[in-house]
Amino acid sequence: MTRAAHAAGFRIERTTRAGRAGLVAAVLVLAALVTVPRWGDASTMRILVEFIALLVLAQMWNLLAGYAGLVSIGQQAYVGLGGYALLVLADDLGVNPFAAVPLAGLVAAALALPTAALVFRFQGGYFAVGTWAIAEVYRLLVANSSALGRGSGRTLKAVFPLARETRELTTYFLALAIGVAALVAVYAFLRSRWGLGLMAIRDSEPGSEALGIDVFRTKLGVYLGVAFGTGMTGALIYLNLLRVSPDAAFSINWTAYPIFIVVIGGIGSLEGPLIGTALFFLTRELLADQGAWYMILLGALAVGAMLVYPRGLWGLVADRWDVRVFPVQRRVAWDRPAREP
Amino acid sequence: MAWVDTILQGLLLGGLYALFATGLSLIFGVMRIVNLAHGDLSILAAFLAVVVVETLGWNPFAALVVVVPLLAALGYALQSLVLNRLLGRGILPPILVTFGLSIIIQNALLETFSADSRRLDPGGIETASVALGSQLAVGWFPLITLAVAVLILVGLQLVIGRLSLGRAFRAVSDDQETAELMGIDHRRLYALAMALSLAIVAIAGVFLGIRTTFTFASGPDRLLFAFEAVIIGGLGSLWGTLVGGAVLGIAQTVGAKLSPAWGILSGHLVFLAVLLLRPQGLFTKARRVA
Amino acid sequence: MSLLTVRHLSASYGSFQALFDVSLEAAEGETVAVIGANGAGKTTFLRSVAGVLPVPPVAVAFAGDAVGGRPAHELAERGIVMVPEGRRIFPSLSVEENLKVGAYRGRPGRFTLARVYDLFPVLGERRRQPGPNLSGGEQQMLAIGRALMANPRLLLVDEISLGLAPAVVKGLYRVLRTIAEEGTTTLVVDQDVSQIMSLAQRVYCFRKGTVSLAGRPAELTRERIAAAYFGI
Repeated sequence: MTRAAHAAGFRIERTTRAGRAGLVAAVLVLAALVTVPRWGDASTMRILVEFIALLVLAQMWNLLAGYAGLVSIGQQAYVGLGGYALLVLADDLGVNPFAAVPLAGLVAAALALPTAALVFRFQGGYFAVGTWAIAEVYRLLVANSSALGRGSGRTLKAVFPLARETRELTTYFLALAIGVAALVAVYAFLRSRWGLGLMAIRDSEPGSEALGIDVFRTKLGVYLGVAFGTGMTGALIYLNLLRVSPDAAFSINWTAYPIFIVVIGGIGSLEGPLIGTALFFLTRELLADQGAWYMILLGALAVGAMLVYPRGLWGLVADRWDVRVFPVQRRVAWDRPAREP
Repeated sequence: MAWVDTILQGLLLGGLYALFATGLSLIFGVMRIVNLAHGDLSILAAFLAVVVVETLGWNPFAALVVVVPLLAALGYALQSLVLNRLLGRGILPPILVTFGLSIIIQNALLETFSADSRRLDPGGIETASVALGSQLAVGWFPLITLAVAVLILVGLQLVIGRLSLGRAFRAVSDDQETAELMGIDHRRLYALAMALSLAIVAIAGVFLGIRTTFTFASGPDRLLFAFEAVIIGGLGSLWGTLVGGAVLGIAQTVGAKLSPAWGILSGHLVFLAVLLLRPQGLFTKARRVA
Repeated sequence: MSLLTVRHLSASYGSFQALFDVSLEAAEGETVAVIGANGAGKTTFLRSVAGVLPVPPVAVAFAGDAVGGRPAHELAERGIVMVPEGRRIFPSLSVEENLKVGAYRGRPGRFTLARVYDLFPVLGERRRQPGPNLSGGEQQMLAIGRALMANPRLLLVDEISLGLAPAVVKGLYRVLRTIAEEGTTTLVVDQDVSQIMSLAQRVYCFRKGTVSLAGRPAELTRERIAAAYFGI
């Protein structure tokens, strides 16, 4: 293939200069994060766990909506299910609470299957509301269950035997592991054959079908995968917070925050959610006590982004300087200038 | 007899749900977008009515005279200035923008009115009832609500079926480009449809506020119930939304009678059942869902 | 008096250029024919005049005003009305409702429902039926009738012979001749050359996005037309 390609005068390449720089930067950042327990305190670690959790939630939503075209506003269902699965697995079934986190993800993915069977009957805006309706059903079912603590919820007791430092340290490293795994998984998926298929579907569904891509299977696969990631993150969140209640665990904020993060940061790109999450935390520190105004500002920024620059902040950067830190597209690189038609 | 009463209450509750559902259904029929801020806009209307009642001392029904045109104007502006800009860009932007609006409205209401629950007091009619036979009584207000819902539905059917504007709505919904060739400015038409939808939503919001207490966070549930009523009744059928509302209302009241905590959940479960067994709704012939 | 003047019109779909420096004129009351093979740019040209495609304002002048690029609904109000390619009747409306939509802008003129039913009796017979129930030929009649209801000053007709039997096409052109004789300025695009040549006072032939031939039908020989059409 290379010979033929060179004879034709071009290569297919994927890495970019910014991509290589990004890889180096990512490794450096990871190294720094690993050393945080040495120089940071417990609250720093908690905030970082929160940051990573939101980042993963944002990447998951981005994959679902920005790449697969499935605009869900019901992802809080899986955050809640993940949190409660953690409770049941660790407290009721005696599973190691840290091992229970990825298992909770599997529980969420298992429940995503019947959920998909229902919501996939809708498209577009009605799909969105449908996912929300189902999230509400889950919330009400849990809130009506006395085994799960009804409206006031339950506390995660399985971690009590552990020393607090041990728990915080293990939670932190678990969060790091999940964060890296999620980012790598999403990136690897998008660079793979299935990822290419997904982007083809995003560009043109009928076209992709004609090329033999199984649109339904691909979308379902992504939906289940995202449910797993979201559920696992939900379990992580509540491992960090320890107290689970229906209104908090199934709160629409678990969808609203990622949506705003992704829209402002840049939908349909991998770099966007990173920028968005950073911006989110920054503004939160600045507007700490403003509560409702904070959400109004975020909402207004998201609406503004959609109206004025739909590709978000990262879109602005990428378009201006043609930069791709996590390159997913393949480019055609000509050996010599392309001939005019 | 108690069951008949419960079902009757559910039927009347359905009238209110039909009001909510009609606005949602109209927009989707004409423009194919779902306004995720639908419920929050109705609650906004209810709070505006509170302001009118508290500052001017009017009866909530009278406040409609102010609130309905206000919401209609807001709808026209929203469509013209914001949503029309998103046309032709796919399904994502309208969903995200209306979702953002929903969050903005809720938080703005929280900031302005605090988290206290409110109620609109029309001075007695909400508790008055009329006797049906020796064992049943229905409230005047739920009856009025149902009557208003039916009136609005009849009115809409007339507009859509007979008037030039209604034909234009249907033409634009069928084939926007060809409608344009006939001189129909689809942007203006969409703005009119949104104005109409929000006018209906304003009535629904005020009636809700009379019937029950509400807070800044009451919006999303309204959207969900409206959505469920539309799906149960079937897309593309205005009368279907009335039936859908009734079915939902009855499911909720019957469920609540069985166990107080199960009222709303029963409604959701009936919705899911319809989705499973007859996804096109009760009133449409078998066609695509949404 | 020139009603429609198109000067140096170029149009593109994204990076694909479909029209190159096209100029054309139609006088008031005239019938102008535009012929050419598939992909020659005829429909693109009509769509540019009708306001569907963006073009510079000066490229299209109508009754003295520069109207290029104005939205289609505004041009329809001025009296530029198109019968689109593929008929495009409204499926959820009945025959009569389809016609009534044509009159949406309420332009005054001699075309009313009665007049249209006069020209196309079969539409009158099926007035309450849903549009999609009609045959191809009847749908084409409906599309023409709908455009007439707008009382056009300039009627644009795009490829009405496609997919129809010759007898049906003949009947359609008979109606076009009637309204042309009554004074409606018409711009007719079609691949079926024979019908169009007996109708028009002027002919333009398009090839690969440019005008390859222009003139009066009487002056043009079959050989010249074939050469301009096929580029041989």
